[in-house]
Amino acid sequence: MNFPILSAVTFIPLIGAVFIFINRGAEKIVEKNSKYVAIFSSLANFFLALFIWFSFDTSTADFQFVEERTWINGFINYQLGIDGISILFILLTTFIAPICIFSGISSIKFKIKEFLIAILVMETLMIGVFCSLDLVIFYLFFEAGLIPMFLIIGIWGGPKRVYSAFKFFLFTLLGSVLMLIAIISIYWITGTTDVIKLLDIRIEQQYQYLLWLAFFSSFAVKLPMWPVHTWLPDAHVEAPTAGSVILAAILLKMAGYGFIRFSLGLFPVASDYFTPLIFTLSIIAVIYTSLVALMQDDMKKLIAYSSVAHMGFVTIGIFSLNKQGLEGSIIQMISHGLISAALFLSVGVLYDRYNSRMISSYGGLVNIMPKYAFAFMIFVLAALGLPGTSGFVGEFLVLVGAFQKNILVAVLASLGIILVAAYMLWLYRRVVFGKIGNSEIKEMPDINKTEVYILGSLVFLILFFGVYPQPLFTTVDVSINNLINKYESNILFHLALTKN
Amino acid sequence: MQTIIYILPELFLSIAIMTFLMLGVFIKNSYKLINLLTILSLIFSIVLVLNNRGELVKIFNESYILDDFSAFMKVLTLIFSSFILLSSKDYVKINGIDKIEYPIIILASTLGMMLMISSYDLIVFYLGLELQSLCLYILASFKREDEKSTEAGLKYFVLSALASGLLLYGCSLIYGFTGSTNFEIISKNLNQTNTAAIFGIVFVMVGLAFKVSAVPFHMWTPDVYEGSPTSVTSFFALIPKIAALSVFIRFMYVPFINVMSQWQTIIIFLSIASMILGAVAAIGQNNIKRLMAYSSIGHMGYALAGICTGTNEGIQSTIIYLTIYLVMNLGAFGCIFMMKRENIFYENINDLSGLSKNHPILSFGFLIVLFSLAGIPPLAGFFAKFYVFMAVIESGMYALAIIGLITTVVSAFYYLRIIKIIYFDKSKKPFDDNYDWGLKSTLILSSILILIYFIYPSILTDVISSIAVY
Repeated sequence: MNFPILSAVTFIPLIGAVFIFINRGAEKIVEKNSKYVAIFSSLANFFLALFIWFSFDTSTADFQFVEERTWINGFINYQLGIDGISILFILLTTFIAPICIFSGISSIKFKIKEFLIAILVMETLMIGVFCSLDLVIFYLFFEAGLIPMFLIIGIWGGPKRVYSAFKFFLFTLLGSVLMLIAIISIYWITGTTDVIKLLDIRIEQQYQYLLWLAFFSSFAVKLPMWPVHTWLPDAHVEAPTAGSVILAAILLKMAGYGFIRFSLGLFPVASDYFTPLIFTLSIIAVIYTSLVALMQDDMKKLIAYSSVAHMGFVTIGIFSLNKQGLEGSIIQMISHGLISAALFLSVGVLYDRYNSRMISSYGGLVNIMPKYAFAFMIFVLAALGLPGTSGFVGEFLVLVGAFQKNILVAVLASLGIILVAAYMLWLYRRVVFGKIGNSEIKEMPDINKTEVYILGSLVFLILFFGVYPQPLFTTVDVSINNLINKYESNILFHLALTKN
Repeated sequence: MQTIIYILPELFLSIAIMTFLMLGVFIKNSYKLINLLTILSLIFSIVLVLNNRGELVKIFNESYILDDFSAFMKVLTLIFSSFILLSSKDYVKINGIDKIEYPIIILASTLGMMLMISSYDLIVFYLGLELQSLCLYILASFKREDEKSTEAGLKYFVLSALASGLLLYGCSLIYGFTGSTNFEIISKNLNQTNTAAIFGIVFVMVGLAFKVSAVPFHMWTPDVYEGSPTSVTSFFALIPKIAALSVFIRFMYVPFINVMSQWQTIIIFLSIASMILGAVAAIGQNNIKRLMAYSSIGHMGYALAGICTGTNEGIQSTIIYLTIYLVMNLGAFGCIFMMKRENIFYENINDLSGLSKNHPILSFGFLIVLFSLAGIPPLAGFFAKFYVFMAVIESGMYALAIIGLITTVVSAFYYLRIIKIIYFDKSKKPFDDNYDWGLKSTLILSSILILIYFIYPSILTDVISSIAVY
């Protein structure tokens, strides 16, 4: 295929952002035009991504739609390409971005033009992360996302926004610079940063451990894993709704994707070696953050902690290193992308009406906002992994995978599921059921048309993938098989080396 | 007389300086005319320099060298000098330093730097160095009636004279123990066993480190940056660094190349100390000029990290770093020149509070420049650091790379602080918006260059990859 379709899907939002940027004139007209451009470019991008999915060949594990161009002469090539794993994340990104734009348009009160630019630039960078097939290009997209996200939290965020924005930025940057050192080292060790070539090169065992740790430092902060997760609750709570949605739904997935693509693909021996570390941290994340979530008064903070717990499942699944675990973790990431977005949007709906995120401010919403209560119920049930929702599929497979690898981990992780159910249901009971605790909320209108469409589409997808996850499986199946085969042959190869 | 052709740019500049002095004496109030003529003569010298490039020539008894490296550095010097003159026109006029001597002294100091860049002999080098230093002393104290400016000039003079003295002493030691002032002969006669000459090297390095303001010889930088008029500060932050760094490179890689193991550790120390101090000390600063001073100390640390590798990639990475550093600082000072309300210039960071509301375009330019200074991809500043750390890691200096990258995180904090003040804080009274076109075009050009550099980074690497010093 000659048309650079992946570049198109990556850069269409950026072009939209440039259009909005150069748009001048009377303020009202500019705002209106900006909204149209943003909606149009993000929706067009979604359909383009769907088109890519339909024309995607699920029978091969090779990278498809590969584009290659010289970028820095004789050193780094601009290279894009997707396989079964990345296409799903691209779809998720292009689906979530318009939702963020719709939500932003209705809830952001000032500087809406700049907000839309930031979201569109963010979309470009996130898609770039999932398509890039060169480590340096990957790093570029991965890091550049800090700039718009910093601004989104800092400009449109809540009262403690400055602290949160700084914490987010510096934590992530500190993790990533070590990855940069690792990327440069890989270049000097192997002579290339081309991922396709690197996946076939077996990096010597002695280097793998340190390189793995350097990549881990970056992904662990971004994911986030237990000891370095503290930026997440702050960032989530202070960010505007759309910002929280992007953070939870896509930004965290970049780390999970990175683990699958780079940690497993490039450093198999080290991945095997460090599995106990990952399992320990993930189990702590699942149980500890769930306990913390139980005690939160702030809805956004509660959901933020639940994200940490859910991402703990993802890492358990990835490092189970078998088919069920890996597929489970990918489905879990996609479904968590949908569910966390939905939960944050639900909180956003309440916040737009009553300017409070405290659980105690609400109560008895089912009497005032029945439609909202219904949608929120689906999301809560999906978050705790009820069969029939997409949350179940992922968690179940992850547990199956973990069970094969380590029974103790599986048992402890299942304990986490109980805790998730506890705090999620408790949250729902306190917010939606009971008496109307606060006379001021009596006047709150039910969700409006835009919100019905946004939440409705999420409800539909969550239930659809809960009942019929087959399309996701067919897409990732071959790529996952290939990944595991390569991984196992690599391990055997290095085993043979050490024996000699 | 064939050789005259090779020093045409320098000759032309000297003649221009003398002519302009005469013009200034005979025509009254001719600042504007002379400023314009100075810019034009700088631009014309670029043409003359480019005319000579492509061949490696050593003239005047091999005491003066012309190669790709010197041509590139001279072009940088000339381009950025003219941009500084262009962008500071308003500032100079409003602050009453629009005397004819101002552009002429800048021209003279540029000439001195060109001599430094091309020097291949200790004496020629020292002549060039003194010419540029003398001009800089005067420039620093150019706002005569201002206490701070006078103080800055005096401070710079005293400390710099000391550094020059040490440097001269080092030169004499080297001459005494190698028997020549010519770089190549020094290189042949210098070896590890010659302890006294090693002392000479250390003294020379102290002098050079002073000129690039590397820690621990940086003490003058914040005070001089703060005290001098901003137009001079921007000159200080950009142009002397080009000359000093190119001399640094020339010294280390030509006369001292045989004793690399001796100077390597020193430069590693200078580099690490500068990176750490530049990152930590800037956090508490409220005056934006002082902050830029510490930031430039930190940046010189990264540039030195490229030199200490001892490889050609290292030199090239330093040159790339320097080039991008110049563009970024030009942009940053362009923004500082715009901080004026009703013809009074402000220097406190808090004066920028809420700038984004009243000046969206200016704030966006500042945003780009600051993120780039912090080294965040995909802006140009990231690539500068990337090349340096490529070279550093290639030489296996992992500790230096890790310290360097961690200091970027620390220094990101104070750049973010400015962005926070611009974008997150409440707005104050708007700044004037009657900037002249020179300043506007400088700022727009530099921020666009920084922003779109990532599209085709080869453009710089292709030019620089042909440069080798030895």
